[in-house]
Amino acid sequence: MRIILILFFTTVSLNVTGQKYNLDVSLVSFYSYSVIEDISAENSESLGLIDLSTNRVAFIVPIIKFKFKKKLMQEHFNEKYMESELYPQATFQGTMVGFDSDALGKQDVSASGKLTIHGISQDVSLTGGIQNISDQIVNLSSEFKVKLEDYEIEIPQLLWQNIAEEIEVKVEFTFKLVK
Amino acid sequence: MNLINLPKTLTPIASIIAILIFCADVSGQDDLLSELQQSKKPEKEYTSASFKGTRVVNGHSIETKRSGELEFIISHRFGRINSGAYNLWGLDDAFIRIGLEYGVTDKLGIGVGRSSFNKIFDGYLKYKVLQQSSGPGSFPFTLTAFVSTNIQTVPKADTDPSIDFADRVTGNYQLLVARKINPQLTIQISPTLVHINTVDGSVADNDQFALGISGRQKITKSVSLNAEYFLRLNRHENTPYYNSLGLGIDIETGGHVFQLIFSNSQGVIERTLVTETAGQFFDGDIHFGFNITRTFQLKK
Repeated sequence: MRIILILFFTTVSLNVTGQKYNLDVSLVSFYSYSVIEDISAENSESLGLIDLSTNRVAFIVPIIKFKFKKKLMQEHFNEKYMESELYPQATFQGTMVGFDSDALGKQDVSASGKLTIHGISQDVSLTGGIQNISDQIVNLSSEFKVKLEDYEIEIPQLLWQNIAEEIEVKVEFTFKLVK
Repeated sequence: MNLINLPKTLTPIASIIAILIFCADVSGQDDLLSELQQSKKPEKEYTSASFKGTRVVNGHSIETKRSGELEFIISHRFGRINSGAYNLWGLDDAFIRIGLEYGVTDKLGIGVGRSSFNKIFDGYLKYKVLQQSSGPGSFPFTLTAFVSTNIQTVPKADTDPSIDFADRVTGNYQLLVARKINPQLTIQISPTLVHINTVDGSVADNDQFALGISGRQKITKSVSLNAEYFLRLNRHENTPYYNSLGLGIDIETGGHVFQLIFSNSQGVIERTLVTETAGQFFDGDIHFGFNITRTFQLKK
């Protein structure tokens, strides 16, 4: 019986290591172009996992960690648009298509899955590039557009001209093999 | 093989548990997101945006400007609404305070202003001593210490040379304590001491204590309703003044906050607000007014 137990635990620990890569360095940024002023923010405190045995990828972006040049804008972003106290994070979980984990060099991939922002989940397909830097490190980058309406992010009427209805999001992730 | 020392009878149970753990792990492998959520360490987050403005109605809120932000604030108070059509319901008699507040750090604010009511100059310091937070090591409220001094320049020194500079000075001390109960509702209490250097002893004391009670309820993302009351704790028995009551509506648009105000106080600084409110709210001695603020980011 004990041998069976030990066998189980060994299998469990094998599962944990496997082909999983943890997000090590991250940069999520967005831009919104408008007549009055361009709005941009950066976030380097995301969490992420990528599993090359199943080609699945997931990440969490803590909304409150977006840094703006204007702090008042940052406060309004959290308080009025994203309602960060209610919806503290944006998440994505999906499966990558078109990635050959043995090939070197940059490859174009798409990942289809669920993007959740402001508590609203949408099925999306994100496109980007992935690169095996070494057998330990994988780079992933993507640029995509988020339509505020799709995620029920309301813009107060008095401000409509200040904020674009579509936001350009840029993601740059470096994953490291989980040992 | 004494790795796990379990009584014989428990071993089957232990293996069932082991199988369960194993199964949980297999399903967990499919769900990277929940694996991530579990690995996420909870973090301490400071509460922000308890109030839209640095003032609740007339009095100060716990909010200070953040580092490098400069706020320009115009406070306008008209005459009494019940003063009749001849005075255009108070619009003929207006007082104004023009002020600036600057964030030295995210916690320390410094401000200056000048009120036309009794021609008073004022300067103040605000410091966020404690901040409400959530997560590990959370704290239930924000405490801001407020100190200000007022110099009343009425009457002019030339016309009444018997008045020394010291007679014109007032010191105001407040502890502003607020809790943002939910994203919409914030409640503040403000123990206040106003020390007026020179008073008419037959109607007022030098040291006057009051308890401010105020709050805001957001009704939309950009609009909130505010209320504020100053209860004087040691009011002089012959005082001709009343406790200050103010109701306000905050409207926020980008870098501006507009506050529309109805109050029985016509002054907007602590001395005139807490100790010299001449109107009786429920007799209709109400002053309409507004605060307009604009925040500029001077430094990043």
